[in-house]
Amino acid sequence: MRRITTLIAVSTLAVGAATAQDSNELSIDGAPMVTEVAAPAHMENVDTIYSGWRFRSVETQSLEMDDFDNPAFVFVDKGIDLFDAVDGSEGKACASCHEDVAEFAGLRTKLPKVQDGELVTMEELVNGCRTERMGAEPWKWSGGDMTAMTALIGLQSRGMPIDVAIDGDAAPFWEKGKELYYTRVGQLDMACSNCHEDNYGVMIRADHLSQGQINGFPTYRLKNAKLNSSHGRFKGCMKNIRAEPYKEGGEKFKALELYLASRGNGLSVETPSVRN
Amino acid sequence: MKRALGGAAIIALCASIGAANEVDPSDVMFEEGVVNASLTGQAGDAVSGRKVFANRKQGNCLACHTNADIPEQSFHGEVGPTLDGVADRWSEAELRGIVTNAKMIFEGTIMPAFYINAGYERPLGKFDGKSILSAQQVEDVIAYLMTLEDE
Repeated sequence: MRRITTLIAVSTLAVGAATAQDSNELSIDGAPMVTEVAAPAHMENVDTIYSGWRFRSVETQSLEMDDFDNPAFVFVDKGIDLFDAVDGSEGKACASCHEDVAEFAGLRTKLPKVQDGELVTMEELVNGCRTERMGAEPWKWSGGDMTAMTALIGLQSRGMPIDVAIDGDAAPFWEKGKELYYTRVGQLDMACSNCHEDNYGVMIRADHLSQGQINGFPTYRLKNAKLNSSHGRFKGCMKNIRAEPYKEGGEKFKALELYLASRGNGLSVETPSVRN
Repeated sequence: MKRALGGAAIIALCASIGAANEVDPSDVMFEEGVVNASLTGQAGDAVSGRKVFANRKQGNCLACHTNADIPEQSFHGEVGPTLDGVADRWSEAELRGIVTNAKMIFEGTIMPAFYINAGYERPLGKFDGKSILSAQQVEDVIAYLMTLEDE
């Protein structure tokens, strides 16, 4: 059994060394972004948090540094059109009530948040306006119209630090999200933490494991050439570990979104980011 | 045609013998994390094991381990220890224990258990009640790992 003890010691060392993000600095069209900052006090096992940008190749990184190169801006433009487009029985567009989308600066940094006892995400705020004020159909959580709109609205907060509340009304939702983060699921029996807390900075096959930060969502992925919602990404992770995903927009993923957002408190909003 | 059918019958026979001697995932005997007896009652095939090892839908071992014996596949993962020379560090019985269910030795490890069919939560439908590898595939991987000696 001596050999086994030795191996445990070695693997513990390896975990300690898992900090192989690069030291590149991100500025977008000249505006500096915080991609590295002291971890929020609630994080027990991590000292420093890093944007996923720091784990990507130089080629992928460069696509996010200039909005002209960033493929997500095709969809942001679509969001601008949708913002002005009249839809639904009331004959209204977003712009009928919200004169300038810039008024949403700062909103992304605070979401999800609790309103009237419910945890509310940006997708729900958008659909709330659509169904209650415009008399329009709600958009699908991860559909192209929704991700275009959440990218446009999120962009208004780009460069501002993520700052979601985790105490007060938010506490029970946050606790639920934290529990999900550390719960192993699927045939491969893994939790978010196994990859994104214990092994970030390490290569899993050709993929460089990041901390799983969500400060850049919706994110343009080179893999599928479109904007991806955070819930869509959670779903993909769960399928990878052969687990039955929770529902996009459901209470579980909303709680997880809050918890993950809180692990990024202090990082800049990078919406819309570019990743693999 | 007759010969071909005969061959098929023999293969079918072997398969049924294999299945008869197979240890069910729930019946695997661990002794301090080690599994001494073959899961199939016979030796594994290292050539087949090499394929199971590399196959992304089967062992997918390269996701997390480097292995200089498979240079034709690029991007070996580094989550777990390298498997170069693994046969010098571990016995066959120890490797069988680790591949079957590594949590029996390494509490809290990220490494999946490759031969359990219960005890995990929310499996995606088609994997429910199944082990990642069959008993034969585990034995084949063990036979392959036992060839990985440092020169």
